[in-house]
Amino acid sequence: MFKRPHYIAVGLVALVALLVLNLPGRATSRLKLAIGSLFLPLFGLASGAHQAANKTGDALLPRSELVRQIETLRRENQQLHLQVMQAAEIFKENNRLRDYYGWQRLQPWKFKLAHVVLRDPANWWRTVQIDLGSRDGLRKDLPVLTTNGLVGRIESVSYARSQVVLLGDPNCKVSAMVEATGDTGIISASGLFDGSVVEMSYLVHNANLKPGQRVVTSGLGGLFPKGILIGEIVDSQPEEFGLTTQADVKLSAPLGGIEEVWVWLQ
Amino acid sequence: MTALHTILVLLAAILAVFWEAAFPGLRHWLGAQVDLLPALMVYAALKTNLTTIALLSIWSGLLFDSLSANPLGTTVLPLFMVGFLVYFRRDLILRDQPFAQVVLGFGASALAPLLTVLLLLTGGYEPMLGWGSLWQWLVMSVGGAVATPVLFFMFNWLRHALGYKPVTQTSFRPDREIRRGRS
Repeated sequence: MFKRPHYIAVGLVALVALLVLNLPGRATSRLKLAIGSLFLPLFGLASGAHQAANKTGDALLPRSELVRQIETLRRENQQLHLQVMQAAEIFKENNRLRDYYGWQRLQPWKFKLAHVVLRDPANWWRTVQIDLGSRDGLRKDLPVLTTNGLVGRIESVSYARSQVVLLGDPNCKVSAMVEATGDTGIISASGLFDGSVVEMSYLVHNANLKPGQRVVTSGLGGLFPKGILIGEIVDSQPEEFGLTTQADVKLSAPLGGIEEVWVWLQ
Repeated sequence: MTALHTILVLLAAILAVFWEAAFPGLRHWLGAQVDLLPALMVYAALKTNLTTIALLSIWSGLLFDSLSANPLGTTVLPLFMVGFLVYFRRDLILRDQPFAQVVLGFGASALAPLLTVLLLLTGGYEPMLGWGSLWQWLVMSVGGAVATPVLFFMFNWLRHALGYKPVTQTSFRPDREIRRGRS
């Protein structure tokens, strides 16, 4: 049967858990940050080992392969340079037209590169931690993307690290639009079997959806700018007794193996 | 049982949580990350005292939640419940048998995430749940079952390597000394 030490242990642990669970939001995030900082030495060790492994891999690459890669990158760089020149000219023209009509000028996009340092150890959330924080100008709800498309948004920010909630997590809902038809819906949770497919709900019941149509951010809601690629439609079916349509969207950015992301600084 | 033993268990908890967050290799292959904390809790429940179990559940639960989207403190109670259940019945368990360790590891690794998710749902949170969760649950349970005897082996090795060796009994007894010559 229960003895006195048993009661004391159960009471102590329950008390600590209840106290921590009922802390105010700000205190909880500070405490999370303080406890998370215990892992800093391990971060250092892991990144050191990672860099050493990369250096070893680099040393083993033959010179001919490196020259080939440099050539490819140089060509790609030239193409992108030309595209940037063209885009800059279009941007200026767009702003001139906006001035002409009295619309607000567009601001150029600013990005910051971040490395994914940790993934959520719990299987029922889809979040990652990146190595940028408030010291780098990050704040809550900034969009996070890769060159392939949208990845998620910043959920919480500490001084040197931030937590990014990824697409497919129940806490990351995005207002999206089918580019070809203009139908809008909400990107919400994904199936657990295939994390690269998410649901797009609340589309109109007669939406003309076809597999392969691109889905982008709609710009509604104010969090995500309009036009960031999310993915492509795979399938669609009626929901809510035919009142609305739900589509399965294959994400264009692979979330499983992301190592680097871009934070969109508005 | 020494303080060193408790410190080793708490250090192992840090390493386990860091491994789960920093090395997602298993998640890519199996679709779920294995949780080592229930296995560690089984070890603590069978080999240490109630204080260590309470300390481990608070320490490892807070560490786990600090790197997760879980509300801070959610994992503490499920881990403690698992540890306490095993501790309460440990006199009836053949704790040095690998089979018993595997079965306990399986049960603990199945029960802890279940209790955590129940706690989250009770708190009004919406974790990602679906039919795929059953597969994740199975992977976590089997992973925990495999990890438990490995942890026992590692801790036994560490205790032998770092602890004091017991003084061996000498066979010399002065009362049975054969004295030769005159006295």
